[in-house]
Amino acid sequence: MKGNRLIKVDYLARVEGEGSLYVKIKDNKVEDVKFKIFEPPRFFEAFLRGREYKEAPDITARICGICPIAYQMGAVTAMEQALGMKVDGQLRALRRLIYCGEWIESHVLHVYMLHAPDFLGYEDAIQMAKDYPEAVQRGLRLKKVGNDLMTIVGGREIHPINVRVGGFYKAPDKAKFKAIAEELKWARDAAVETVKFVTTLKFPDFERDYEFVALRHPDEYPLFEGRLVSNQGLDIEIKDYEQHFAEEHAKHSHALHSVLKARGAYFVGPLARYSLNYDRLTPLAQQVAKEAGLGETCNNPFKSIIVRSVEVVWACEEALRIINEYEKPDKPYVEATPRAATGCGCSEAPRGICYHRYRLDDSGIILDAKIVPPTSQNQKTIEGDLAEFVPKHLELSDEKLTWQCEQAVRNYDPCISCATHFLKLEIVRE
Amino acid sequence: MPTNTKPKLAVWKFASCDGCQLSLLDCEDELLAVAGAVEIANFPEATRALTKGPYDLSLVEGSITTSHDAERIQKVRKMSKYLITIGACATAGGIQALRNFANVTDYTNYVYASPQYIETLHKSTPIGYHVHVDFELRGCPINKMQLVEVLSAFLNGRKPNTPAYGVCVECKLKGTSCVMVAQGTPCMGPVTHAGCGAICPTFDRGCYGCFGPKETANTISLSEQFHKSGVTDEQLIRAYRSFNAGSDTFRKEGDAHERQ
Repeated sequence: MKGNRLIKVDYLARVEGEGSLYVKIKDNKVEDVKFKIFEPPRFFEAFLRGREYKEAPDITARICGICPIAYQMGAVTAMEQALGMKVDGQLRALRRLIYCGEWIESHVLHVYMLHAPDFLGYEDAIQMAKDYPEAVQRGLRLKKVGNDLMTIVGGREIHPINVRVGGFYKAPDKAKFKAIAEELKWARDAAVETVKFVTTLKFPDFERDYEFVALRHPDEYPLFEGRLVSNQGLDIEIKDYEQHFAEEHAKHSHALHSVLKARGAYFVGPLARYSLNYDRLTPLAQQVAKEAGLGETCNNPFKSIIVRSVEVVWACEEALRIINEYEKPDKPYVEATPRAATGCGCSEAPRGICYHRYRLDDSGIILDAKIVPPTSQNQKTIEGDLAEFVPKHLELSDEKLTWQCEQAVRNYDPCISCATHFLKLEIVRE
Repeated sequence: MPTNTKPKLAVWKFASCDGCQLSLLDCEDELLAVAGAVEIANFPEATRALTKGPYDLSLVEGSITTSHDAERIQKVRKMSKYLITIGACATAGGIQALRNFANVTDYTNYVYASPQYIETLHKSTPIGYHVHVDFELRGCPINKMQLVEVLSAFLNGRKPNTPAYGVCVECKLKGTSCVMVAQGTPCMGPVTHAGCGAICPTFDRGCYGCFGPKETANTISLSEQFHKSGVTDEQLIRAYRSFNAGSDTFRKEGDAHERQ
């Protein structure tokens, strides 16, 4: 029967990790949508038990090779809360700096190499490079700036070694930033060019009334501090996360789905962050957003590629500000004294909030650990997007519809390695 | 008709964090050159395009933790002329091999609300445990310049130049003073495979062994030294049981202290 179709993508490409997609269409109606995560479970929360508090940043970094800083920041801020420590001044600034590096690296990877090829109809960035050599090379150089920042502050770009509870093992000398500061000025301009480039793409007319959830800080664009807020009235301290959010375990997925207990599915990541923190962006970032035709909020997930690019402008400016004001601190870290306590942390990974909670004994051994990665929080919303997107595009061939569904999933820059506790595309038209 | 004679490269993922295959995309200066020298025939993290095997060179990331993956690696081996493992997961089982020292059922029950939905093996095992591996590139994560060297070596039919000595040699070559001697900081450098460029000691911290054991590592002697600087048995066991917990050398040394 013509109205019945099955769209399947067994191994979704250009996402980090292993996932699949399954859409069943019966009589031209979407009957079932499953965004599956089949990345095998790795059990981080289980084997963190019995490890020392100071091991958590190195171990949790290994949850994700694309956003290790997100995990390290979640872990250190949780431990510091548990141990009653305050990390501020230049140490805090250095943390923001390395995180800006990760945002630049991860966002630019997604914008140029994972997402833009969808809009322009290429299988990948390497094919795209044949027709858009300047754009792809700009992307590569920009991504490198992010990686270089991570390397200067963290020792290497993947699984940096310099982050510790209380600060850093070694604070970099001011002179180390001289060359990168010049390159960052180029990067800021290249990021503005990036916004202009992605604004020329064609966007499906698709908006939904999402509940956006992000951190909000009194005066900064958020990275790892602030209150958890939403556009539907949520305004809580990080430590109250578990009172308001729950994890559900769906049979089709190795990832746990997160829901707001009161209202169900919600949305984390660049769109949420931007829409809840527009007023915290730098004037330049606001201006380029305006020129790109974005309002102060954005409800079209396909436009996340523009928002991500605006955030790269912000991250370059923030990194430049930090470097200009940098003075090497006397001591690279604040001393920690173990005690029996529980601590929570939340950080804005490039793809959305990442929550950590640890319970420690009096010698600093982890008794209990909970980590909620961003992709598992978006999973329900991704399925919701597909359920609404597919019926509007049934006229497309299976091949085109499948590609657009993949693109709709990639809007979220899903990191499936993280979400395992997770993706493949299958569209069934019965 | 022109024929495509470029060697076919495939990248495969098993249980892992994606960091090692990301290293290839992180070769910003070399990526387009690499892409020009090979046909990227299968690399789902980077492309939708998929060319059927056989492949000239397969890079394998991740460890085997499910029965499905245990079957899949056999297929990958059959389709690959050369198979190279990249990173600690593929080479030693990764951090997820910590389950090998525990009961995986307890783990599943602890992490998942509905453990019956989870299918997993009791142990996380390296690729070499299942199939013949032509070359193992170490590191958690691998060093991207070493990856470019290995690719270049295999494409040109020569042996990769990736020294098997310890991290100590890298410190000496860099002129970094010994953190263990100068600061009394416990450091796994003496037993750990080179490749990272001795990053940790350069940042005033001890090496934590993320490249796994070097050849002929004298772990007994290092453990004695750790004890002398006040490291407890529990801390020593944890030091050996991290990202390369499943390597024979580190596993045996950790186990030896558990028995004492």
